[in-house]
Amino acid sequence: MLDISDLHVNVDGTEKLHDINLHIGQGETHILMGPNGSGKSTLLKAIMGFGGYTITSGSIIFKGQDITGMPIHERAHLGIGMMFQHPPTISGLKLGKLLAATSHLGEGAIEALAQAVNMEHFLARDTNVGFSGGEIKRSEVLQLKVQQPDFLMLDEPESGVDLENMSLMGKEIAGLLEKDVHIVNRRRSGLIITHTGYILDYLEADQGHVLIDGQIRCHGNPREILRVVKEKGYGECVRCKQM
Amino acid sequence: MQTDVTDIEQLSEKDRERLALTGLEVGMQNRCGSFFQVDQNVIQTTCGAEGVEMLPIKTALEKYDWVEDYYWNAVSRDKDKYTQYLAKQENPQGLVVIANEGVKVAMPLQACLFLRDEPVQHVHNLFIAREGSEINIISGCASSWQKEHGAHIGVTEIYVGKGAKVTSTMIHNWNPGISVFPRSAIIIEEDGTFLSNYVCMQPVNQVNMYPTARLVGKNAVARFSSIVVATPGSTLDLGSRAILGAEHTSAELVTRAITTGGTIISRGHILGEKDNTRGHIECKGLILKDGIIHAIPEIEGRVTGTELSHEAAVGKIARHEIEYLMARGLSEEEATATIIRGFLDVKISGLPAVLQAQIDAAIDKAESGF
Repeated sequence: MLDISDLHVNVDGTEKLHDINLHIGQGETHILMGPNGSGKSTLLKAIMGFGGYTITSGSIIFKGQDITGMPIHERAHLGIGMMFQHPPTISGLKLGKLLAATSHLGEGAIEALAQAVNMEHFLARDTNVGFSGGEIKRSEVLQLKVQQPDFLMLDEPESGVDLENMSLMGKEIAGLLEKDVHIVNRRRSGLIITHTGYILDYLEADQGHVLIDGQIRCHGNPREILRVVKEKGYGECVRCKQM
Repeated sequence: MQTDVTDIEQLSEKDRERLALTGLEVGMQNRCGSFFQVDQNVIQTTCGAEGVEMLPIKTALEKYDWVEDYYWNAVSRDKDKYTQYLAKQENPQGLVVIANEGVKVAMPLQACLFLRDEPVQHVHNLFIAREGSEINIISGCASSWQKEHGAHIGVTEIYVGKGAKVTSTMIHNWNPGISVFPRSAIIIEEDGTFLSNYVCMQPVNQVNMYPTARLVGKNAVARFSSIVVATPGSTLDLGSRAILGAEHTSAELVTRAITTGGTIISRGHILGEKDNTRGHIECKGLILKDGIIHAIPEIEGRVTGTELSHEAAVGKIARHEIEYLMARGLSEEEATATIIRGFLDVKISGLPAVLQAQIDAAIDKAESGF
């Protein structure tokens, strides 16, 4: 699904990601961990193609196509979707209108999807304006449910979400990643940034990666990585690389 | 040259399309009354709403002595050279609307002012809403597509009686060589509500106006909202003023301004003269192509019990907003248009659906030009 080779990314003239290599196969979910400021969000934004994230070398191949220089919306059309950690507020643009503009779904279908995440009363509200932390996450999930991407990038889906909402979010994200589909037939893939690992209470991940100072330091079993980080902190990962 | 038009049907297809954009319903669907003035000729005055009268101003002054009391009352004859010009006209034209006590009409009355052949069109309107009445007026002002130069000078005096509500929606559709000088004032009595919506999204040489609402009775409310676009060569010097002259009055002035190369001066002034009054000015401007948006919000409090605030912001569309929508699959152009559409979407509470639809249509029409 996604093949990143030797990727270097600059932000404001400074290299933030160095020599990233990442392969995510069809049907796989990967977890990305790392301390604050290590470059996790930068990686997601570079994959999505945001301005200001300059790829100085390396390549991003998605579904066999080189998307390294492709505009954002074409990547979205190819099947890449992203849940933003801090989405912008867009005053005047009703969430319902945004959903209608980004899909071919009718009003009824959108309404039904909104009901599933308790967002039906937000369709007539300005996108993300005055939404609480949990509402922003539900709004993001709803937008992705409408978009139905094949490859889903989630930037800290747990942050700012209470327990009740976390359960709803966890189940919805599992649904978006086709966790209910048998592993042989599962097509959708995901890359999830998490600090807490709570998301793993709701879905299984196939691989974990630790990003430190813009470099992927290790790959491995996600639960094992989470356990080591919980017990020893990221210092262990820094030391591990130096050994 | 004097106009020879005596019927709307005599106007060219192109002109009728221009008028439709300002809200004129030739077939009168969704309208309960209609006034149509071409240059200085009133060619239509009909009103099907019971308890509401629509009259050319000359007829109204002849028919009712008391109309004199409202004529040049809210607006002074000597205000400026434009009012002076109007005051010396021997044949004043324009519309008088009288809503009788307690009469509530949801369906809008339309007033259409069309500049076609003469160099200057002048109008003097009086809207009188008596105690407990409610009326909606949609004023469409336009010039013929072939009219290259000209001026429109208009005085509108609006009287909102006790507990009455007047919604005035004005949509302009001029040409690049037309200059427009409306001079309006509103007097709002106790528990009265005045809502004003102004839309100007097509090229014009200049529009210069600064309507003033005087809230003279307790609990009176005034809201002005303006949605304007200045294309290259257009100068829009716009503003509104509210004088909170009685306790528990409130006013809100909201502007959405876009320049694609023209100049917009967005003024606003709220004067808090009495206790327990509130006022807020909000001006948001988008500079899509180099032009000028100059916001001048003024709030002036004179007693401890007044609360006034303003916010103004001028700039371009935030890049991260565009990219957010692009990540959902919209192209850069689609994302930009969607954000602009949202920016202009100022929903006014209490505005009838047909009027909102008219404003939306004007925005949709202009949007294709961004």
